[in-house]
Amino acid sequence: MPYLPMPPPLPYVESEGFWEGCKRRELVIQRCKDCGTYRHPPIPMCPACQSWNWEGTKVSGRGRVEGFTIVTRAVFPGMPAPYNVVRVELEEQDGLLILGNVIGCHPDEISIDMPVKVTFEDVTPEITMYYFEKAA
Amino acid sequence: MATIKDKYAIVGIGHTDYSLNSGRSELHLALEAITAAIEDAGLGFKDIDGIVGDHPSRVDAMTIGSALGLRDFGFFIETDFAGGGVPGGLLHAIAGIEAGRATSVVCYKSLNGSSKLTLPGFSFAAEPHELGFTRPFGLLAPAAYAALAARRHMHQYGTTSRQFGAIAVACRKHANRNPNAIMYGESMTIEDHQDSKMIADPLRLYDCYVEADGAAACVVTSAERAKDLRQWPVCIMAAGQACVPCLSRWTKDPTVNENETSYLARQLFSMAGLVPADVDVLQVYDDFTPLVLMAIEDMGFCSKGEGGPFVEGGRVVWPDGKLPLNTSGGNLSEGCIDGFNHVIEAVKQLRGTSTAQVKDAEVAMVCGATGVPTSGLILRR
Repeated sequence: MPYLPMPPPLPYVESEGFWEGCKRRELVIQRCKDCGTYRHPPIPMCPACQSWNWEGTKVSGRGRVEGFTIVTRAVFPGMPAPYNVVRVELEEQDGLLILGNVIGCHPDEISIDMPVKVTFEDVTPEITMYYFEKAA
Repeated sequence: MATIKDKYAIVGIGHTDYSLNSGRSELHLALEAITAAIEDAGLGFKDIDGIVGDHPSRVDAMTIGSALGLRDFGFFIETDFAGGGVPGGLLHAIAGIEAGRATSVVCYKSLNGSSKLTLPGFSFAAEPHELGFTRPFGLLAPAAYAALAARRHMHQYGTTSRQFGAIAVACRKHANRNPNAIMYGESMTIEDHQDSKMIADPLRLYDCYVEADGAAACVVTSAERAKDLRQWPVCIMAAGQACVPCLSRWTKDPTVNENETSYLARQLFSMAGLVPADVDVLQVYDDFTPLVLMAIEDMGFCSKGEGGPFVEGGRVVWPDGKLPLNTSGGNLSEGCIDGFNHVIEAVKQLRGTSTAQVKDAEVAMVCGATGVPTSGLILRR
């Protein structure tokens, strides 16, 4: 198990579909049904056209590391440092950012613009988490 | 648009000692700072008819009004976004007076940020839509948010850890002159900075603020009324708030030119009729050194990407630097009073009572936290 998700995600009205998607091993990103703009994290109204109409859309899960940090001082019990946090720009849209951890990769290997792809792990019977791994 | 320029003044300031463990409640600290500010102004408690607090806080206007013996008052509000919101509290004070709802408003911030001696249930306010996508990945401490932005800035512009360190060393040098600074007796060299342990790469321990217990307050009234009060008034040339909406704090890109700090600075300079070169002393919210460097760029003191070279070589160091920065030591070395300490220091500079006094300082600028909705002030003697 790479990272125990402590504290756990908080499925919340608009984000339930996202975490349901993870259980199916799909990365489901909110998309406006009127103008087609993706957005994340989920909110009820489209920031591009103010439409209320949206749907969860499966995306490729591919992107590049846009920013990262290696947290070296633990701040939460159950989440020992060091660990990385990456900000990934998904390939579907410029500026479509999602946070995550890169697994299966030494911290020194992580760099800005590194290609990554999504992967999933069942960390508890209730929670499936998404992570990123280095892509070719 | 009607202007507030020069119509309002800061007439009183007060603060507690800043410490690692106050041993007093946040209400006690708030009342110490507030009563000191009112007395400094030469006003009586009952002259206060407006209260501006700060979120997140466990000290409310009703309790403060009650302690001060106020019979009734018709203006009270809390600002939002912690370190981003504090200078904007003075804008709210002005709005209350401008609307005819108050004449003399006290603004304050009180926190036991170090000892955590606070009421239960306190938590950093954020929407579930945001937290659910940050906490599971370990983006928990504010330092990690700042680290993401810092790494991006280094990648784009070649900014170095030593350049971040120049800010920390400048603030420490200023704190070493300020007996109320938590780091008063602790010197720091750039090597000390480079040797300090990594917290969230590239942020080292000495890139991070000093958590503190303490409170600070000031009294705002009209420039007209200020003439009759005890202190030489510090005139508010400009006060503003700035929000550039985005879906989450962690999506901020530090390399784009348009953000809340640049928007804020444009507003403030336009309102005051000044340019960056007119600023004699600068107080910038400094929880993390890279964000100060970025704020200096965004405010127009140098171009985007040139913050690193700008802060090297003593430019922001009192007494010889052209733009002395955080002359009381700031959050990095005086102690974090969520940026109210920066407001207090700006006023002291213009009164000529700072412990790192800039000679003939006439114009001081205050900028709240960067990377969140923020606020700021331009003040003059």
